[in-house]
Amino acid sequence: MIRRSTLPRRIADSLFKITSAVSSSLGLLIMIIIVSTILYYGASMLSIEFLTSPSKPYGEAGAGIANAILGTLLITFGAALIALPPAMAAGIYLAEYGRDSKLASILRFTGNVLMGIPSVVVGIFVYALVVVTFGRFSGFAGSVALAFLMFPVVMRTTEDMLRMVNDSLRESVLALGETRSRGTLKVIFRAARGGILTGVLLALARVSGETAPLLFTALFADSWPTSYFSGPTASLPVLITDYTMNSPFEAMHRAGWGAAFVIAAIILAVNLVSRYYAEKEKL
Amino acid sequence: MKLNRKYKIRTDNLSFWYGERQALFNNSLDIEANKITAIIGPSGCGKSTHLRVYNRIFELYRGQKAEGKILLDGENILDEDVDLLDLRRRIGMIFQKPTPFPMSVFDNVAYPLKLHYKLKGSELEARVEAALKGASLWDEVKDSLGKNGLALSGGQQQRLSIARAIAAEPEVLLMDEPTSAIDPIATAKIEELMDSLRERFTIVIVTHNMQQAARISDTTAFFYRGRIVEVGDTKDFFNNPKDPLTQDYLSVKFKK
Repeated sequence: MIRRSTLPRRIADSLFKITSAVSSSLGLLIMIIIVSTILYYGASMLSIEFLTSPSKPYGEAGAGIANAILGTLLITFGAALIALPPAMAAGIYLAEYGRDSKLASILRFTGNVLMGIPSVVVGIFVYALVVVTFGRFSGFAGSVALAFLMFPVVMRTTEDMLRMVNDSLRESVLALGETRSRGTLKVIFRAARGGILTGVLLALARVSGETAPLLFTALFADSWPTSYFSGPTASLPVLITDYTMNSPFEAMHRAGWGAAFVIAAIILAVNLVSRYYAEKEKL
Repeated sequence: MKLNRKYKIRTDNLSFWYGERQALFNNSLDIEANKITAIIGPSGCGKSTHLRVYNRIFELYRGQKAEGKILLDGENILDEDVDLLDLRRRIGMIFQKPTPFPMSVFDNVAYPLKLHYKLKGSELEARVEAALKGASLWDEVKDSLGKNGLALSGGQQQRLSIARAIAAEPEVLLMDEPTSAIDPIATAKIEELMDSLRERFTIVIVTHNMQQAARISDTTAFFYRGRIVEVGDTKDFFNNPKDPLTQDYLSVKFKK
């Protein structure tokens, strides 16, 4: 006789299924609420003028956010230039050379700690390190702060992605008479590049929305970001904070929403691009 | 009769350790030039370990250590000052899993040629073509040399690995269970290929497949628990195994 599944078991099973389904749709729901709110308040702001004019002092007409968009791009890419080479080199060391060595485990631990440090603390630190030293706020100081946030993430991604490459590939490069370093760069790194690129883009997207570190470093300016190395530089997150928190003007609140919409769109685009690359590299 | 044989590699008293654990005990084995030598034995007997000392690829890993002598044309490759890059140009290796590099078929085969001979242009193309022909892959890929090596089938990927390994004209080819990850038809192709490669290279193949060893090799060596139990001309080895251990192993394996 075939035993039948009991009723309590079936009920428990479907309860579990329903709970997990509801929970996962909760995540989707939150996403939808955020995006639709930003769309509702921000989309109406979008105009050529808004996207191409620089911001202006409180209350002046014809203001835009173009300087903040450019500033965010500058600061973020500056951070990437500073952080990527050493972070990738560190990731290569961890995956290819250090592996189980003492130094590697210290480095890994340090990376984890660094990842957990609140970004506002990094902001204060870079304020003391760069802003005070050079005697001025600057976009560059903002880049340094974001670079500190990027470094551990990129190091970790690089290590993880390289580790996913099978050792047999390492062996077969070496077996051809290739050196370890060139084999790593020309073959192993190449095998992992899709994952690494994805990680880098996600890290970029993440730090481009950071506000706290920039308040202490890049600050803000109602001008085009021409003095990246020498003066305050506008950015979208700081513009949003400033306009929505510090301004009494309804028009600026709405401009803040518009900027929120723009930065969300940029980050979404970066996410989609990184997904595209991840899929393409999978083969 | 043994006197006029020409040996490419003579292994003398080779022992090997993974950390504290000794995996090979005093292996001595002579590899005849331009012949196929098969190494067989149960899982974990040390046959792959033995092979991986010949090009010192084991040095990629910490804590692995070899002692003894391996003479390649009379010179000990375990000497500390041996140039590993040149050693590995002379001794190529094929692995269990096909390992195409993440680049085009052409670039895969061109890799060792650029590395060791700095070839370019038409000369490079000619050598790539020759290597792909040598690996019986040319007809299948000649119209798609720009295709990613990873997009080939398993059997093709393994022949691509062989083409890459023979491109730089090594003297010895080490094959570590080269057909265990691919289907029977692809396996037959590779066995056929090995037969043709024997003229140009000295081949040492590790295989868990007795029949394969019997079909393709000239000499067979039987490993058990890190020791070489018996070595002989393949026909002789399978027809008249001398050691009781070999007899047991062969009878169990073949009766199944």
